[in-house]
Amino acid sequence: MIEVQDLTKAYGAVTAVDHVSFTVNKGEILGFLGPNGAGKTTTMRILTGYMPATSGTAKIAGFDVFGDSMEVRRHIGYLPETPPVYPDMAVEDYLDFVARIKNVPSDKRAARVTEAMRKTNLEDRRAQLIKRLSRGYKQRVGIAQALVHDPDVIILDEPTVGLDPKQIIEVRNLIKGLAGDHTIILSTHILPEVSMTCDRVVIINKGKIAAVDTPQNLTSQLKGGQKIRVEVQAPEKALRDALMQVSGTTRVDSEQVPADGHLVAIVETAQGADIRSAIAAKIVQNGWPLFELRGVSLSLEEIFLELTTDDAAHAQASSN
Amino acid sequence: MRNLYAIYRKEMRHYFVSPVAYVCSGLFLLISAFFFNFFLSAVIQQSFQMEMQSMQFGMPQQFDVPGQVMRAFLGLLSTLILFITPFLTMGVFAEERKRGTMELLMTSPISEIQVVLGKFLASLSLFAVMLLPTASYVVYMYLHSDPIPPWRMLLAGYAGILLLGGSLLALGIFISSLTENQLIAAVLTFVAFLFLWVLDLGHTSEGGLGSVLQYLSASRHYDDFARGIIDTSGLIYYFSFMVLFVFLTVRSIDSMRWRRA
Repeated sequence: MIEVQDLTKAYGAVTAVDHVSFTVNKGEILGFLGPNGAGKTTTMRILTGYMPATSGTAKIAGFDVFGDSMEVRRHIGYLPETPPVYPDMAVEDYLDFVARIKNVPSDKRAARVTEAMRKTNLEDRRAQLIKRLSRGYKQRVGIAQALVHDPDVIILDEPTVGLDPKQIIEVRNLIKGLAGDHTIILSTHILPEVSMTCDRVVIINKGKIAAVDTPQNLTSQLKGGQKIRVEVQAPEKALRDALMQVSGTTRVDSEQVPADGHLVAIVETAQGADIRSAIAAKIVQNGWPLFELRGVSLSLEEIFLELTTDDAAHAQASSN
Repeated sequence: MRNLYAIYRKEMRHYFVSPVAYVCSGLFLLISAFFFNFFLSAVIQQSFQMEMQSMQFGMPQQFDVPGQVMRAFLGLLSTLILFITPFLTMGVFAEERKRGTMELLMTSPISEIQVVLGKFLASLSLFAVMLLPTASYVVYMYLHSDPIPPWRMLLAGYAGILLLGGSLLALGIFISSLTENQLIAAVLTFVAFLFLWVLDLGHTSEGGLGSVLQYLSASRHYDDFARGIIDTSGLIYYFSFMVLFVFLTVRSIDSMRWRRA
């Protein structure tokens, strides 16, 4: 549905987007993840035909975003970072206006507007002026605007920014409900958002793609070795020695918990080995009281930092 | 065409929900009504004096009261719109840019020319709506004159002011597309209008340059219309002026795509 090849955008000497390539399949939700200023908004603006690329191509539903811009614009709905609303218009009038400029046939317009309001739960606010709506409702109007013409592709730039936790959950559920009928690209710098809503993630940093994969794969692939957290009551030296004896252990870090004098040890293991039962057996064998034992997997947050900080990028390069 | 109408419709609604249209047209009507009344009584008084003089000295004179009033009144209107139109056009694009709605328009299947023309025609319609009540003063005067002056005078005068207004609106819309700040747009528009008026002083200087400047001045052509003459060169001047600035506005918003937003 969306094909991006070597897309590059330079503003003078600054390259905002640097040879970015990816594809999005029909009905998929693709997450665009990156720190602020990574080139997410620029990429989206190129896809929507708002600005031309310096080089490279992008196709939406088979139409080139620059050569066939008008056709592409008919196929996409776009929510920019700030919802593009007219404060003095009522919700329904605004959506009617958007439907008109998106070339919705006049006999279907009223139905489409109602449908967009239904999907975004705006029906009870239809006559209200947009300037009197809360931030969350304005955001919903922005989303309703992006889907009023029933586009194949919906592009959402940071759809949950500035919302409260309850609204964030609502918007996420709304987006998930749209997938299938629509192909969706959303950008965010919030990590849990990606793992909760997206089928695939593109991690972008300084204009370059750092990784493309499913959230699950990214987590497991970058996990490398597993970490196990053990909380015991035991003398530190003896515990460390005992844990190092367990086969498969590569490294042990330990720390005293000041509150109750328990010892917390983080055991790193080689990839693929599950040594939790062996550790448990060892501790029991020594007669130490065991309070907790669990596997720790690297969160997306850590992966993200690893991919987007320079040190980690070097480590990544040398290990490949 | 449907796209153009969608923009036009939205702009008209916008004008009538914001206080700008009401304040501008209210002031416009108030000031123009006051001056119309003033001109009318002044000219009638003058005509009485002339009549008394002619009775004393036996020199019968033709005195065209409606014509005199009309000319003075149209002159006033042309000055008034210099102050009013910058307020009508200042927000046309500056506000869209500031609110981020420009991004909506530019990613919708609608061309720049449709956006610009829709907005231009909406501002021109509002201007015509503002102007319409002032014509009733003139019509009233006409109906109470004996003989009734030629209606051509009235039509030419109002055609002139519409053309002049349209040109100023086109220029104002262009300036509005250059900035995100409405106030800056209004001030720059006013300065540009004054410049166009000052060009008229060119006709006092001799030679080719003087006549070129005189031709370029927006107010010179207007004088012909105010005298009841529909002059082709005036028509061409105003139409070219509007086409030029509509075109420049299209180029200006198109160039936003290439700049860093």
